[in-house]
Amino acid sequence: MTDVSDPPRTDVVVDVTHLRKCYEDLVAVEDVSFSVAAGEIFGILGPNGAGKTTTVECITGLRRPDGGQIRVLGLNPQADGAELHELVGVQLQSSQLPGLLRVREILRLYRSFYRDPADVDEFLETLGLADKGNALYKSLSGGQKQRLSIALALIGRPKVAVLDEMTTGLDPAARRATWDLIESVRDHGTSMILVTHFMDEAQRLCDRLALVDHGRIVATGTPGQLAEQAGGGKRVRFVPDKPFDDEQLTALPEVTSVERHGKHVVVQGSGQLVNAVISTLAAAGITADDVEMESATLEDAFVSLTGSPLHDPDADTDEGALKKTGKLVRR
Amino acid sequence: MSMAWSIRPARVPPRAAFGELLRTESLIVVRQRSGLIVGIGLPVILMLIFGSIPAFRKAETSLHGLTLLDVYLPVLVAMSMNNLGMFGLPPVLAGYREGGILRRLSTTPLPPSWVLGAQLVINFCEAVASIVIVLVLGVAVFNLRAPQNPGAFVLSVLLTIAALFSIGLWIAAVARTYKAANLISSAFFYPLLFFAGLWVPQPEMPAALRHVSDFTPLGASVQALQSAVEGPFPPASSLLVMAGYALVFGFVAVRTFKWE
Repeated sequence: MTDVSDPPRTDVVVDVTHLRKCYEDLVAVEDVSFSVAAGEIFGILGPNGAGKTTTVECITGLRRPDGGQIRVLGLNPQADGAELHELVGVQLQSSQLPGLLRVREILRLYRSFYRDPADVDEFLETLGLADKGNALYKSLSGGQKQRLSIALALIGRPKVAVLDEMTTGLDPAARRATWDLIESVRDHGTSMILVTHFMDEAQRLCDRLALVDHGRIVATGTPGQLAEQAGGGKRVRFVPDKPFDDEQLTALPEVTSVERHGKHVVVQGSGQLVNAVISTLAAAGITADDVEMESATLEDAFVSLTGSPLHDPDADTDEGALKKTGKLVRR
Repeated sequence: MSMAWSIRPARVPPRAAFGELLRTESLIVVRQRSGLIVGIGLPVILMLIFGSIPAFRKAETSLHGLTLLDVYLPVLVAMSMNNLGMFGLPPVLAGYREGGILRRLSTTPLPPSWVLGAQLVINFCEAVASIVIVLVLGVAVFNLRAPQNPGAFVLSVLLTIAALFSIGLWIAAVARTYKAANLISSAFFYPLLFFAGLWVPQPEMPAALRHVSDFTPLGASVQALQSAVEGPFPPASSLLVMAGYALVFGFVAVRTFKWE
């Protein structure tokens, strides 16, 4: 295993190089390398059993890697655990809390572990749990439990937060509320690693992300870059207020084709497609109404990079059972 | 992760964290109610029932002039420690491990061993509370003799707690789930109580049974407590038996306990 020891860059908060982890004869993670910049939301996207959870478990010190190097804020998760736990907040997949404690009591308890924690009441407000402070944990809905679990990862005001499948099992409204919460926490300067198998979540939240499959990273980049790698390009659909000649648009380097469906015009292309189309039309005195744009999705990217869909309908929902799914590479 | 190397004192969380842990763990015990009833209530209720039966308060020649209630006092004291050691500690800790609570805590600055510490403190306090209530009831209401050798009594109580809590920790270490912990605890609970003399008081046990009883933690405990109540310092054998259980089970528990 080559040991890449670049000089530490101050803006890199998490640096993973050639990470490898096996469970008995199963290779769960192989040659995984990526780094997370300060203030960034970094996504790890892939199907169940791809090795996402194993990767973050190594980063948070819960598992000992079999190879490679991990630095989190300059610390080695295995050797510097005590220091690391002060600075890194972790939300684990499917971990329970005592049912007979009230929300406020649980937050107070976890708050007491840290040197410079956030305020409990302020936190309840941000989480939309202000009226649930006195509710017993066992009486909370799935979404509320999940938000509390995220809150516990953030109550110590960590520099880095690791959130594993944070919106699994949530209804759409709760998911959007959680996304808003994540963005507001990032705006306060916390870097984040999000593990998810939801491509819409990754697309919405992540500045950059790694697509993982069978324990390996298949691509890293911004959601836009990854989608473009898939070759799907972009598509703009609109209704013009005046007729115009297709050639006005096909002449643009960004545009690959123009189609008309009734009153709708559909333009395919890449790059800064929307800007190019709208400004060209505007220059010709044409207004575009009902503008809709579609990008090739991460889903498309995933399919084109791995040849398999992101969502396997038969996949076990619990990545913890990854050994049983047999989707891992046999050594 | 074994307990032995996961305790890293490099950076200790704020001391207030232990206070918060004690607070929340006590709240859980109080809200659960069943724990309080089993841990504190049962020996007290038995004391009240036995004390109200006239036959229990008659001196018996077969008991060397003691009343049945005299004989039952140390049994009930030992019983409260047995309840807590078997049903207070193991299911809670195994349940915390099963539910991922200990694992989650291991990602915070709090060492998971502090949870174990808080559990030990709380169960210890429950045991002391229960013993004090049973003693006060026995002495003040039913005219039993107060322990004539208080120092030996306290020592016997501490050794009993050490032995039973060590066995409890060992059960918590080997049981993978809350249910398993309850099952294993039950398998220990009733035989231990039997040899303590809950059903057949020690003085009335056949010699062979009595001999076995002397080598069980609760049998040795009742022997030591009985002696401390009557006055003489307990036989060294009974104290050593308890210390032995505490050491062996404690050692194995520490070596095998897993946080996840």
